[in-house]
This record gives sequence, structure tokens and C-alpha cells, in this order.
Amino acid sequence: MAEFGRRGVLLGSAGTLAMPLGMPHVARAQAAGVKIGLVAVQTGPAAALGTHLKDGFMQGLKHLDGKLGGLTASVVDIDDELRPEVAVTKVRAALERDKVDFVVGVVFSNILAAIIRPVTESGTILISTNAGPSTFAGAGCNPNLFVTSYSNDQVHSVMGEAAERNGYKKVFVLVPNYQAGQDAVAGFKSRFKGEVVDEVYVPLNQLDFSAELAKIAAAKPDAIFTFMPGGLGVNLVKQYRAAGLAHIPFLSTFTVDESTLPAQQDAALGFFSACPWAPNMDNAANHKFVRDFEAAHNYVPGSYAAQSYDAAMLLDSAIRKVGGNLANKPALRAAIKAADFHSVRGPFKFGANHYPVQDFWLCKVVKRADGKFATETVRKVLSNDTDPYAAACKM
Amino acid sequence: MNTQLLLIQSLNGLQFGVLLFLVAAGLTLVFGVMDFINLAHGVQYMLGAYLGASFAAATGSFWWALLLALPVALLAGLLLEWLVFRHLYARDHLAQVLATFGVILSLNQLVRMVWGSAPLQVPVPALLEGGIQLMPGLTWPTYRAAILLAGLATAGLLWLVVERTRIGALVRAGASNAPMVAALGVDIHRLFMLVFGCGAMLAGFAGVMAAPILSVEPGMGDTVLILAFVVIVIGGIGSVRGAFIAALLVGLIETLGRSLMPDLMRLFLAASPARQTGAALASMLVYVAMAGILAWRPRGLFPVRAG
Repeated sequence: MAEFGRRGVLLGSAGTLAMPLGMPHVARAQAAGVKIGLVAVQTGPAAALGTHLKDGFMQGLKHLDGKLGGLTASVVDIDDELRPEVAVTKVRAALERDKVDFVVGVVFSNILAAIIRPVTESGTILISTNAGPSTFAGAGCNPNLFVTSYSNDQVHSVMGEAAERNGYKKVFVLVPNYQAGQDAVAGFKSRFKGEVVDEVYVPLNQLDFSAELAKIAAAKPDAIFTFMPGGLGVNLVKQYRAAGLAHIPFLSTFTVDESTLPAQQDAALGFFSACPWAPNMDNAANHKFVRDFEAAHNYVPGSYAAQSYDAAMLLDSAIRKVGGNLANKPALRAAIKAADFHSVRGPFKFGANHYPVQDFWLCKVVKRADGKFATETVRKVLSNDTDPYAAACKM
Repeated sequence: MNTQLLLIQSLNGLQFGVLLFLVAAGLTLVFGVMDFINLAHGVQYMLGAYLGASFAAATGSFWWALLLALPVALLAGLLLEWLVFRHLYARDHLAQVLATFGVILSLNQLVRMVWGSAPLQVPVPALLEGGIQLMPGLTWPTYRAAILLAGLATAGLLWLVVERTRIGALVRAGASNAPMVAALGVDIHRLFMLVFGCGAMLAGFAGVMAAPILSVEPGMGDTVLILAFVVIVIGGIGSVRGAFIAALLVGLIETLGRSLMPDLMRLFLAASPARQTGAALASMLVYVAMAGILAWRPRGLFPVRAG
């Protein structure tokens, strides 16, 4: 941050004092390399997710010897603080003062919604490595936005499909009472055709789930479906296990993953999650990523890290394709759209709306031989799945 | 909803109430005796949980962790008192709120720097694993019974100390008229320090006790703090007895509200909106109850300060 600030002041004063002289200087600096604005939340309870995201991208850069498509890469760290107005201010500064060539990252959809216009309207390409709201997947799609994660609803619908195929007839649904919670229920129900015995909505700051756990025990469902991100999920998983309910299959999205497992540990063993990627996926790119990531950071990478690692590889392939010429935006967009890189997920391509078309898996929490907890693929649920909004996108 | 489930939910409510009391007890003492608004009480609770997690990881035993975390939480509290809080006693409430809010921000960040931002885990001690079968398919973890007992014991001990000892008499006197106690030759600053240290230790104790069932993460104290303030305002600021009754009340309202409201709303609304409005109303219920009680008794259920 200190360096970011100093450079900002220098560029800013150069710009105001000698506008005509300052500009060519910046342009020359740009030609020498590629500058990435990396948006990752580092403040507040969600900071762990931002850390995964950032470490994943930096691991990608490390594997590429600090270069993207032959150009030396420099990264401007942007902590969005999970506050949209802060994100907009910092991203604007990165665009205008630091002249970043790409904006990469973003954990949360509301942050993406806040920065998408300032970034894309300046002609800069935005690569979301986690947030994938439906808003920008359909009619609101944007030529300058690429998403390397998924469309949010897809993940919930994967769990609906998995529940359907497991032959569950009665499912109990438990989600937080806000937009994303309601979207999770809608996504799950879009593919689950059995009976939802009860839907329970809890406040986002809930600590104790004993009232809900008693309800679940009374309803005797075949399985529960839940979406409890972050600390909510840690509390729920521990208390669910302690209440002796673990014999009821625990189907979840964004509730048990590598960011929460260090706190859930044994309590989460055998719990299910829907995922486009898991650390155990068997391909050369993934082996290299997971092995070197763990050696460097001493924790198991989560999907936030994997999707950001993929973003680094994607940019590398695209910049190489255009021969380092970042000025020709249509060519650059086409090169990114081609997605000519080895994803840690194996097969990966972009749909017409620049969201991925990919496989989705049912994953399960396991304890690895080295004692660390991770998710592992159980079986493929959807193949080459396109999100339901893509058809409405006209670019 | 049958009677059995209602009984279970009431038990859950009482247990949550006791957990709240553990946090609120220290807060009400500090606020009542010293007339000092300590927003940083929540981060002291968080600090307790983190210390518990660290000591549990280092020693491999929950009991050692509890034993070690308490004195360290006390020391941390006294350090904060010496560094920040003692300069604020004479200032108005706004200054106290601002400064202690600053302490929240700094300590949350400090915790993140020391322990990282990923949530930590504290295993339930082996002695308290397992549970009691409440109804087919539902176990009430023994650990929750332990929290209930620890809370009741704390309440009893605090009551004994405050009501039946000389130091307790001074604390009560300080709560109702601090300048007069000082005029009678009591070192009010030492008394304040003692009360503050006890408050910090109680918060730390609550943090360690909550760690095995709740997520230990930066900012975990902030949610609890709001409920703890509701508790002490309902109970009457400075009253340990009030905090105890109010904590149980808040625990019951919160838990029963959450389990009954959606069903209640279904009498008037279709299933889907009933669930969401029910949930929204349930999360407001505690604050509605607080407003109601304050309208009826503006000083809370058991007011301490005279005049």
C-alpha cells in the first residue's frame, strides 16, 4: 500500500504539473510491462477469502516467472474492504493514477456490481475470479467482463441435481435471510423436484443454531440443503455435528470449503458441497498448482485460489496471443475468449456471455493422509454446463 | 409445534441466554460502576476466544487453555485500561464511544495480523463430548450443559461477591455514587481497575467457553456485543441480577421467536412469504421487546443508580 500511495502521488503530480509531458512517460512505462489491479478483500471477516484469491493469483504469476505473455507483470493491491464505495474509489484510482491494464479478482457480487461500470467504461478488461452474479450473465452481459468462476445460481442448482439423483424425497432448506440466500433456494429448487419440507431463513449474524437444529430433527428429512458462507457455516457445521444430526446428509454450497475447513475440521467430515474444482482433480496443471501452492503458503488452496490462478494463466495465454499489444482491445478480448490455457479444472471454455462453460462436481470433505482437511470430487453432476442466463446475452 | 419441541426450544433459549449473560456480566459491571461505555468489551471476548484457541493448540488440552487464557485476558484488560481507558473515565460518553470503537478496530486488525483472518477451531474437551438424547435423532451436547452450569455458577459467584462481601459493597456503592465513595476514603481508581479487570476476565471466560461451539474469527465480538448491550439495558445498567434475568429473557425471545414466528405468520400469509417475514420479524423481536420494556421501565428491570 505504501508503494501504491507513493507511486500514485508521483504520477498524480506529474499529471497535474505537466500534463503533456506526463502522458508519454506513463505510456512508455506501460509498454514495458503489464499492470494488474488485484481486487481482494483484506479487511473484515471475509478477509480469508481475499487471501485465498490473492495467493492464488500470485502463485500463477510465480509459475510464469512474474511475466504475463512475455510482459513483466506488476500488481497493484486493492483491498475493497467489502464496501462498494471504497472499492469504487480505490479502483478508480488504480485506473486513473496507476493506469492498470486489467482489473482482476473480486470475491463478492456487490463489489463487482459497484466496480463494473467504472472499469469497463474506461475500456479496461475486468476479470472476475469469484463473483458471478446473474445480473451480468444475461441481458446485462458486458464485452469487457470475463468470469473465471461460475454463475452463482449454477452452483446451487448442481446441489439440486445431486439431491434429485440421490433419490432424496424430502429436503429441509436452511439459508440466511438476504438476497443471496433466496437465490440459493431458487437455484436449488430449479433442479430438485422432490418436496422441500421446510425453508428456514436465519439472520446473517446468527450465532446459535439450536432452534433450527431441533426443527430439522423434528422434520426428519432425507437431507438438508444449506448455504452458510464464512463464520455462519463454521457455527452451523460444528453445532449440526454436535447435535447428532450428521446421519442426515448435509448438502451445501459455499459452506464447507478450504477457507472454512481449518475451523470446522472433523465436524465437517463427509459433508457435501457443489464445486467446479477441488484440490484432488487429476490433471497436470492442477497437480503443479496445488503442490507448489501448499509448499509456499502452508494451507490447502480453495476454489477462490484456483479460479484466480486460472485467471493468471488465462491472461498469460491471451497476451501472448496478441503479441503483447494491449492497445487493440477487440483482438485482446478475442484472445481471452479463446481461453487457450490449461485450466486446473481440466476442460474450460467461455460461453457467449463470457461466463465459463464447465463441468460441476459433487464434492465431499475428507481428511487427507497428511492430516489436513480438503474437499474431494465424488462424481460429476453436470457436464459442460452453460448457465441459464447465457441465452439472453447479446454482445 | 408440539410440547416436546417447545420444551427443547426453551432449553435452547435458556442456554443461549446464559452464554449472553457471561458476556453481559462484565459489561454491566464496568458500565454500572464506572459509568464507562466500553464498546471494546466485545473484542475482549474475542481475545479470550483466540487465547483459548492458541493455548488449546499449544497444550492440547482445553482445561489448560482455559486456565492460561484467563490470567492473560486479565492482563490484556489491565493493559488496555492503563493505556487507553483510564484517560477516559472523566470524559463524556461520546469520547468513550469513539475511543473504545477505535480499540475495536485496532484489536480486530491486531488479531488478524497475529492469527490470520481464517477462522480457528477449538475442540470440545474429551470429558464433555457426547450428549443427552432429547428426542429421537436430536442430541443435546454435554458441552452446552457445561456452558449452562458455568453460567449459573458465574451468576451465583458474582451475586455472592457483590451482595455479600466488603468489596462487593464498595462496588455497589461505587455504582450508585462514585464521588461519595471516593470522599469516604476509598481508592476509587484501584476499585475501578479491579472491576475493569474482572470485567475483562469475564469477557475472556465467555470467549473461551464459546470457542468450541462458535467460530473463532476476527470481528466475532461485534455481533455478541450488540446483544450484550440489549441485555444490560433491559436488565438495568450495573445490575448483575438484572443482567442475568434479561439475558435469559433475550435468549428465550430470540430462540422461541425464531422457531415460532414463521409458523405464526403462516396463519395469515402464504407459506413462502410467511417464512421470510417470519424470519425478519423474529430477528427484530429482541429489539421490540427492549423498546417495550424501556417504555414501561426506562431504567431497565432492576435499576441500580439512584436519582
